[in-house]
Amino acid sequence: MGVRGNSFPRSFPASLRQESGPPDCGFRPGGPLPILTTVTVALAFLLLGLLLLAPLGALAGRGARLVHGGGIAASAGFVLLAVAGLALGDGAVLLLPVGPPWAPLTLALDGLSAWFLLLLGLVGVACGLYAWVHEAAAPPRRLVPYPLFLAGMALTLLAADGFTLLLGFEAMSLASWALLAAQQGEAERAAARLYLGFALFGAACLIPAVGLLAGLTGDLSFAGMRATPPQGWVAGVVMALVLLGAGSKAGLVPLHGWLPIAHPVAPSHVSALMSGAMTKVALYVVARLALDLGGPAQPLAWGVPLLLLGTASALLGALRATQETDSKTLLACSTIENIGFIAMGFGLSAVLRAADLGPLAALAAGAGLLHALGHALFKTLLFLAAGEVQHSAGSRRLDRLGGLIHAMPLVALCALAGAAAAAALPPLAGFAGEWLLLQALLSAWRVGSLGLQVLVAACTAVAALSAALGAAAMLRLWGLTFLGRPRTPRTMGAQDADPVCRAALLGLAALVTAVGLLPGALLALGAPAVARISGHDGVAEASFWLVGPSASGSGYRPLALVIVAALLLIGLVALVRHLSPRPAARGPVWDGGFIAPPAHLPFGDPATQASAAGFAQPLRRMLGGPLLAAREAVERPPPGSPDPARLESGFHDPLLPALLRPLLRLRDRLAVAAERLRDLTIRQFLGLSFGMLVLLLVLLAWLGAGGAP
Amino acid sequence: MTLLPAILSQLLHLALMLAAAPLLVGVVRWLKARLMGRQGPNPLQPWRDLRKLVRKQPLLAENASVVSLAAPYAALGATAAAAALVPGFAHGMLLAPMADLILVAGLLALARFALALAAMDVGTAFGDLGAAREMSFAAFAEPAFVLAVLAFAILAGTTNLDAIGTLLQEGMVGLRVTLGLALLALLAVALAENGRLPVDNPATHLELTMVHEAMLLESSGRQLALWEMQGALRLTLWLTLLAALFFPFGTAGADAGPLGWLLGLLAWAIKLGVLAVALAVFESAIAKMRVFRVPEFLGAALLLALLGAVFLFLSTGLA
Repeated sequence: MGVRGNSFPRSFPASLRQESGPPDCGFRPGGPLPILTTVTVALAFLLLGLLLLAPLGALAGRGARLVHGGGIAASAGFVLLAVAGLALGDGAVLLLPVGPPWAPLTLALDGLSAWFLLLLGLVGVACGLYAWVHEAAAPPRRLVPYPLFLAGMALTLLAADGFTLLLGFEAMSLASWALLAAQQGEAERAAARLYLGFALFGAACLIPAVGLLAGLTGDLSFAGMRATPPQGWVAGVVMALVLLGAGSKAGLVPLHGWLPIAHPVAPSHVSALMSGAMTKVALYVVARLALDLGGPAQPLAWGVPLLLLGTASALLGALRATQETDSKTLLACSTIENIGFIAMGFGLSAVLRAADLGPLAALAAGAGLLHALGHALFKTLLFLAAGEVQHSAGSRRLDRLGGLIHAMPLVALCALAGAAAAAALPPLAGFAGEWLLLQALLSAWRVGSLGLQVLVAACTAVAALSAALGAAAMLRLWGLTFLGRPRTPRTMGAQDADPVCRAALLGLAALVTAVGLLPGALLALGAPAVARISGHDGVAEASFWLVGPSASGSGYRPLALVIVAALLLIGLVALVRHLSPRPAARGPVWDGGFIAPPAHLPFGDPATQASAAGFAQPLRRMLGGPLLAAREAVERPPPGSPDPARLESGFHDPLLPALLRPLLRLRDRLAVAAERLRDLTIRQFLGLSFGMLVLLLVLLAWLGAGGAP
Repeated sequence: MTLLPAILSQLLHLALMLAAAPLLVGVVRWLKARLMGRQGPNPLQPWRDLRKLVRKQPLLAENASVVSLAAPYAALGATAAAAALVPGFAHGMLLAPMADLILVAGLLALARFALALAAMDVGTAFGDLGAAREMSFAAFAEPAFVLAVLAFAILAGTTNLDAIGTLLQEGMVGLRVTLGLALLALLAVALAENGRLPVDNPATHLELTMVHEAMLLESSGRQLALWEMQGALRLTLWLTLLAALFFPFGTAGADAGPLGWLLGLLAWAIKLGVLAVALAVFESAIAKMRVFRVPEFLGAALLLALLGAVFLFLSTGLA
C-alpha cells in the first residue's frame, strides 16, 4: 500500500477536484499537507489496507493471524485518527482516485464521522483480540469477509458524498451477510437469508432517499445536499425512507425482527461487531441524512417519527430481553432497547432544534451520542463474555449455565461491569447516557405545543420503564449465568478465559467505567459531533467534573459521586471489620426443604433453582400479554388421577410474522398473476411490449422536461 | 466562610440519617403494635438487633461467592450516598449541587441490583423468586417516579433536590393540584420501593408472597445486619425525600448557625414523626394485595403523575 502513496494526488481528474472540494480545505498536491488532510489520507490508507487484507484471509495457515492482526492495527488506527479528528476539527474532503466518473468517491472526517469512527475502532480492537484467540483456525470463508466488513463500516462513516455512503453501507451489509452465511446449519442459513432480505429492503429504501436528498441537480456531495435541505412532501418521503432503510439495519421497531435471529448466529466477535458497531453505523446514517443534511429549517414534527420509533424499540427490546432464554438472543434484544434510547435522543434533538431550543437540542444529541459510545462498549463486552462462556461452558442457553463465577471469576467480573452499565446503574456508562436523555426529556415541555408535551411525557415514562426492564434483563442474564448452582455437569468443567481475551475484556470494562466517569470530558471532545446533529455548539455544561443542561440547574458529577461513595465504603468496611472481626463459617444451604442431592448431581437438584423462563414469569404475566402475545395455561388432571399437572407458557414477537405473512400472500398472488400471462396470444404479447415502450418514452420525456434547468 | 458550615451540616445530616434509620423502623413497629392493641417492642429494638447481629459469626452457604460478601457493602454504600444527598434539616449542604433526583433513583437502583444479586448467589428457589419480583415491581415504580420528577422539573426548572426544596420553601410555587397528584404517586412508589403494605409485608417470614425478606434468607451475622441497616436507611431516605418535596417548611439554611440548625432539626423530626404515624396507620388499616395486582397499584400511581404533568401543561399553556 505504500507504493501507491505518491501517485495518489496526481491521479485525480482536475475537473473533479474543483467541483467537490470546499475551496478552503481542498487537497493541494504541491504544497505542504495540512495536518487534517494527513489524517484523512491516513484513513484512506487504512481502508486500502483492510481491502488488501481480505484476500490474505484465503491463505492457509497464517491467514487468520494476518487478518485479525491487521484488523486490530487498522481499528487502533481508527481510534487514534478519530481522536485526532475530534480534537482538531473538521477535515478536508479527499477525492479518491477510484470510482465511476459520474460519482467520484470522496472521503472526509468531520465531528460526527469521527465520533462514530472512534466507537468502531474501540469495538474493532476488542473483537480483533477475541478473534485472534478463538478464530485462529477459521476457514477462509469466515476470514475473507471480516476485513471487508470493517472497511465497509469505516467507508460509510468516512463518506463525504451520498454514493460513497451507499457503497460503504452495502459493502457492510454484504460482508456481514457473508460472515453469517459462512455458518453451518439450517437455522443459521435461514437467519442469513432473513438478514439478506432485510439488507436488500434497506438498500431499496436508502438509494431513493439519497437520490431525493440530492434533488434534481444531482449533486451527491454532502456539502451540496446540506445547501438544499428537502422541503414539503419530499422531506416527509426522505424521512420515511431513511427510517425504513437505515432503521431496518439499526433494528428500530417494527423492522427489528431479524436482529434477535441473526445476531446470535454469528461467531461472538462478529455478533459484537454487528450489535456494537454496525447498528451504530446505521444510526449514523440516520443522523447524517435526516438530521445533519436534512435537518436545518424543518418543522416541529420532523423528529417525532424518530422519537416514537425509538420509544417503541426501547420498550419492546427491553421487554423481550427480560424473556429470552438464549444469552446472545437476549443481548440482541437489549441492543434493540439501547438503539431505541439513542434514536430517542436524536429524535428529541430534532424536535428541540425545530423549536429553537438550541442548548436543549444539543443536550439530547449529546445524550444519544454518549449512549451510542457507551452501548457499543458494554454490548461488545457482554457479547465477548457470552462467547467466552459458550466456549468454556458449552452453551448459550441460560438453562444450561449457572455458578460460573467460581470457574471464570475474571470473565464474571468484567461481564458484571457490562451488565451493570447496561442496567443503567451509576457510575457506569449506561447511567450517564440515560441521565442525559432523561434530562432532555424532562426539559422538552418547553417546546410549548400541548400535544407534543403529552407525547414527550409519555415517552419519558416509557423510557424509565424500559430502563428498569433493561436492568431486570441484565440481572437475569448475569445472575442465571454466573450465580447460583450449575444447571448441568458440563458447566463444572469451565475455565477462565485466555490471557489475550482477558486483556480485551478488562480493557472494555475499564472503558465502560471511564465513559461513565467522564461523560463531560467526552462530550466536550465530541462537541463537533453534537453540533452536526443539533445545529448548536456542544452541550452547555460539559467539563471534567460536570455534565448538565445549564450551569445553575441540574448537573451530574460522576467523579464527585465516586469519591463520596468510596469514602463511605471505606468507612463502612473499616467499621464492620472493627465490630465483627470473625471470619464467616460455611454450611450447607437450606434449599426449601428438598432432600440432599444424589451423588450424580454434586451441586444439588438444578430444578430447585429458578429456570430462565421461571425467572421471567412475573414480567411475562404483568406486561407480556399485550406486547409479546404471552400465554400461560395450567392443565390440571382430574381429581384422583395420578397424572402430573402441565404448565404451558411461552411468548413470541408478533411483529415479524405480521410483516412476513402479507409478503408471502403477495408472492402467491403475484405467482398466480404471472401464470396467467402464459396464456396470452402473440398479439397481446406484442401489445404489452409496445405499451411498455411507450410508457418508458413518456416517462423519459416527462423527466427530461422536469429536470431541464 | 460558607464551606465550613456546609461540611459540618453535611456530616451531621449523614450521621443523623444513619442514627435515625433503625430508630424510625422501631418507632413504626411500635406504633403498629399499639394500633393493634399489643404492647409492642421498645423502639430501640432494631438498634439492639443490629448490635447482636454484628457480633454473631456469619454463616455462609458452601457455594456462596464473593457476591454474597460484597453486595451488602455496595448496597448500603449506595443507599448511604443517596441518603447524604437528600436534604433533611438543612439546605445548601456540601453535596447539594450533586443532589439530583434521578441520581438518587439511580443509586437506589444500584442498591436494589446488589440485593437481587445477593439473593441469586446461592441458587435457592426463594432467593430467585424474590429477586424476580423485586425487579418486576421496580419496572413499574420507576416510570411513576420519573413522571413525578417531571412535575417538579416543570415547576422548579431543575431536577436538583436542593434547589426544588429551596424554591418550594420560599413559596414560589404555591399550592397546586399537581403537587397533590405527585404526592399520591410518590407515596405509592415509596410503599413499593420499601416493601411495605400493600405491596409486601415487612413483618412476615417464609410466606410465599413475600419479596424483600425472601432475598435475605441466606444472609446472617454482619451481612444480615448490613441488609437490615440498608432497609432502614432506605425507609428513612424515602420519608425524608417526601418531607423535602411536600412539607418544605422549617428547613434551615446550612449557614443558619446552631440555633437555626436546632429549629431545622426539630422540624425534620416532626415531619418524620408525622410520616411514621401515617405509615403505621395506613399499614394497620390495609391488607396486602396479590402480587399480580401490584402493577395496577403502581400503574395508578403512574397515571396520577401523568395527570399532574398534564395539568401543569394546561396551566402553563393558559398563563
